[in-house]
Amino acid sequence: MENLELVLPEIFISLSIMFLLILGVFKKDSSRLIQNISLLVLLITAVITFNETLGIDEVSLFNGSVIVDYLSSFMKIATLITAFLVLVISSNYLRSLNIFKIEYPILILSSVLGMMIMISSNDLIVFYMGLELQSLALYVLATFNRDQIKSSEAGLKYFVLSALSSGLLLYGCSLIYGFTGSTNFNVIANQLNSNEYALTFGIVFILVGLAFKISAVPFHMWAPDVYEGSPTSVTLFFTMVPKIAALTVFIRFLYVPFFYLIDQWQTILIFLSIASMVFGAVAAIGQKNLKRLIAYSSISHVGYALAGLATGTNDGIQSSVIYITIYVLMNLGLFSCLLMMKRNNVYHEGIEDLSGLSKNHPILSLSLLIILFSLAGIPPLAGFFAKFYIFKSVLEQSMFFLAIVGLLSTVVAAFYYLRLIKIMYFDKEKEKFDTDHSMWLKFSLGVSTLLILVYFVFPSQLIEIVSRINIIQ
Amino acid sequence: MIDFPIISSLILLPSIGALFLFFTRSNKENNFTVKYVALFTSIVNFILSIYLWILFDQTTSDFQFVEDRVWIENFINYKVGIDGISILFILLTTFITPLCIISVNNSIKTRLGEFLIAILIMESFMIGVFCSLDLIVFYLFFEAGLIPMFLIIGIWGGNRRVYSAFKFFLYTLLGSVLMLVAIISIYWITGTTDVVKLYDYGIDVKYQNLLWLAFFSSFAVKTPMWPVHTWLPDAHVEAPTAGSVLLAAILLKMAGYGFIRFSLGLFPVASEIFTPLIYILSVIAIIFTSLIALMQEDMKKLIAYSSVAHMGFVTLGIFTIQQQGIEGSIIQMISHGLVSAALFLCVGVVYDRMHSRLINSYGGIVSIIPKYSVLFMIFTLAALGLPGTSGFVGEFLILMAAFKDNFLVAVIASLGVIIGAAYMLWLYKRVVFGKLIHEDLKKMLDLNKSEAIILTCLAIPTLFFGFYPEPLINTIEVSISDLIDTYNIKVAGNY
Repeated sequence: MENLELVLPEIFISLSIMFLLILGVFKKDSSRLIQNISLLVLLITAVITFNETLGIDEVSLFNGSVIVDYLSSFMKIATLITAFLVLVISSNYLRSLNIFKIEYPILILSSVLGMMIMISSNDLIVFYMGLELQSLALYVLATFNRDQIKSSEAGLKYFVLSALSSGLLLYGCSLIYGFTGSTNFNVIANQLNSNEYALTFGIVFILVGLAFKISAVPFHMWAPDVYEGSPTSVTLFFTMVPKIAALTVFIRFLYVPFFYLIDQWQTILIFLSIASMVFGAVAAIGQKNLKRLIAYSSISHVGYALAGLATGTNDGIQSSVIYITIYVLMNLGLFSCLLMMKRNNVYHEGIEDLSGLSKNHPILSLSLLIILFSLAGIPPLAGFFAKFYIFKSVLEQSMFFLAIVGLLSTVVAAFYYLRLIKIMYFDKEKEKFDTDHSMWLKFSLGVSTLLILVYFVFPSQLIEIVSRINIIQ
Repeated sequence: MIDFPIISSLILLPSIGALFLFFTRSNKENNFTVKYVALFTSIVNFILSIYLWILFDQTTSDFQFVEDRVWIENFINYKVGIDGISILFILLTTFITPLCIISVNNSIKTRLGEFLIAILIMESFMIGVFCSLDLIVFYLFFEAGLIPMFLIIGIWGGNRRVYSAFKFFLYTLLGSVLMLVAIISIYWITGTTDVVKLYDYGIDVKYQNLLWLAFFSSFAVKTPMWPVHTWLPDAHVEAPTAGSVLLAAILLKMAGYGFIRFSLGLFPVASEIFTPLIYILSVIAIIFTSLIALMQEDMKKLIAYSSVAHMGFVTLGIFTIQQQGIEGSIIQMISHGLVSAALFLCVGVVYDRMHSRLINSYGGIVSIIPKYSVLFMIFTLAALGLPGTSGFVGEFLILMAAFKDNFLVAVIASLGVIIGAAYMLWLYKRVVFGKLIHEDLKKMLDLNKSEAIILTCLAIPTLFFGFYPEPLINTIEVSISDLIDTYNIKVAGNY
């Protein structure tokens, strides 16, 4: 128990959650206070993580069931900062829907706690616990606008399907435990030679569960409905934060215990990746609702991130991490725009509502233009570099098919991003949107756009940060 | 040599101008300010590029004014520089852009500031394409140009602008992604994307064919070559005049430049193998699109198809791999840049007055707008390659080289010259001469000051280089002879 300071972020955040719950019960009308404290908690946790663990090479705790290394610290900080921004830009939205309640920040904090546990897990049980904690919080978040039927439907759908996938995942865990006699990742890695085929079953089941959480095709069916039905601020959370955590688990799970079975899982990952890229690109074309469209676009982006993981190299892992970081940045900007689309306090989310945006709100539409071109992967914006690193690592492994399919699906995907730009810039204008946005919303839109735009001037920085992630020794 | 980063300044200056415009735009009275800021920026850039030409050393084929900076550690360097081949294209770009900006007076009515921003950013990207010496930097500039062009066509274009803008964007993007695969593969094979190093090392012969095809897919769409040329007429017709001018004058030249710089320079063995393919496609482009041009009702479409035919000559000339052929191609590209720009502007002049691009809504306007008719005549003749215009020099050199290489191809290509003369003269006859049927044409005003300035500016180099192409040839000669020498050595040595 000598290294307790390494789990200080988790300890701090869980104590804060309990404190906030009690505070919420005893103090009336405290939603604003709790919101602010939660923001502070997220920031402090990020600072603690930064100070205590970022410099650590690799330390195992609690009999090796929790691991603290550079990957986990990086991903935790990314999760915390993203969660902070989500929370801070969603308050106005929640207020106008009359669901600005104390539970919202607390639920976000608990799901963040679950994700941090997932990110640090080095053991099947710990990993499963983290996963369930974050999922439970997410079910409730999805139904947060409970008077609206769509929101309840989204939550229920998510709950049923997610429970099914958790079941599969747990079955996979038990198979692996049965054949290796341990739940610890490192121990499993040493037991591999015994029963390769049986273990493959376990891997497949766990991969299915994880693919569901990260919404990769063919386990994506919940995503469009849930994204559409949930309140926009929750959708924002859904598209970014759980993906960071799930990707980390993907990396850890595939590369620590099962790296030597790469022949078994590589094909599965390539399939998931290609299917997600292609399906996400094609299915988004017909969408009329922006949130559904973003759901499909996030499916295809997940496909690119998985392509990096399929390579089986450190370069590939790093490129996936870069990809997910830039993706989060772009999505943050995209949702900031979405949260600005309100007329007379009613939020709009149809793509036709963007019509002629460029004439009424030139700055907003210019930002959205930059973000959309970046999502489409057109140079010199950040989204291009994200894809570029992925394809570089994929081609280094001579996986030409994956690279070419991926690049061709960017062309298909470009179509629907262009369609949004067309609606904004080429079509007739509609009524103006309200302009009384909170400072934080403007800030997050401005910062994300600016970073996307000038990323090409300093591309080395992010690479340098990420290059310290070396999972494969 | 010199410390001042002159090439980066050339690339950055228009963007900085665009940034200024971004902060000065918005209200209506500002229109003039906005225009003069843009014009000033582009003229300064033109003067800078002339200065570059004066400093340029014609006696060496090495890259000059090279700037080499680490961009991504151990991976990409930001490397730019010029040789005899690229400098002419840079001059063309910086020369055409101010003319485009002057021409917006009459054609662009809405959102002038944003239009000029798009044009200036476009200029930055185009100059970047012509002087990047790293494949990834090249790709970045090459692709980035899609964004402003998409907006130019889509926002300020004609009736079918949305369709055309999408077609333009998706066609060229589809062509280019394969090039990206090839570029990354080159990095993976050789460990570098630095063009100069790649010239020295060479690329393993067993990969060359596939890589060549991947680059070809991108350049063929951009050139455009038959049968992937169909985006061009659409894009041209729907784009506003200034957009068409940029497209025809400079964007199409990116691919011709790419063929010389990358296809010949990096993959000589594959180029040798695929030369027949290029020959066939070029000849089809020349004959087939010339015939199509003959049948057009729409002036802009006619000129667009004639562009495809002219680019057919260019690709033919490049792949003769002879001194005259490549020189001819470059001069043809420069000449086409001037002439097609002028022709689009000529169409723009009458379109702004009568709002019709159809040939049969004109006729007999020679007595009403004589100045216009004279200048239009000069450019028509230049487009069909009359001796004494720059069009002749290029076509003549290309055909001469082609005759040396393959008699049949040359004969068929020469037929294209005749059809070219036919459609251009017929166009001129139907628009300018003949009886004045449409009464409302009588109210047409002759060229105003700015139009006269633009067209004269374009006419002077067209005629000057027609009579005296020495300055052009001197600039490119050494670079090309060196390129061909290395090419032949590499083909002979099969590496």
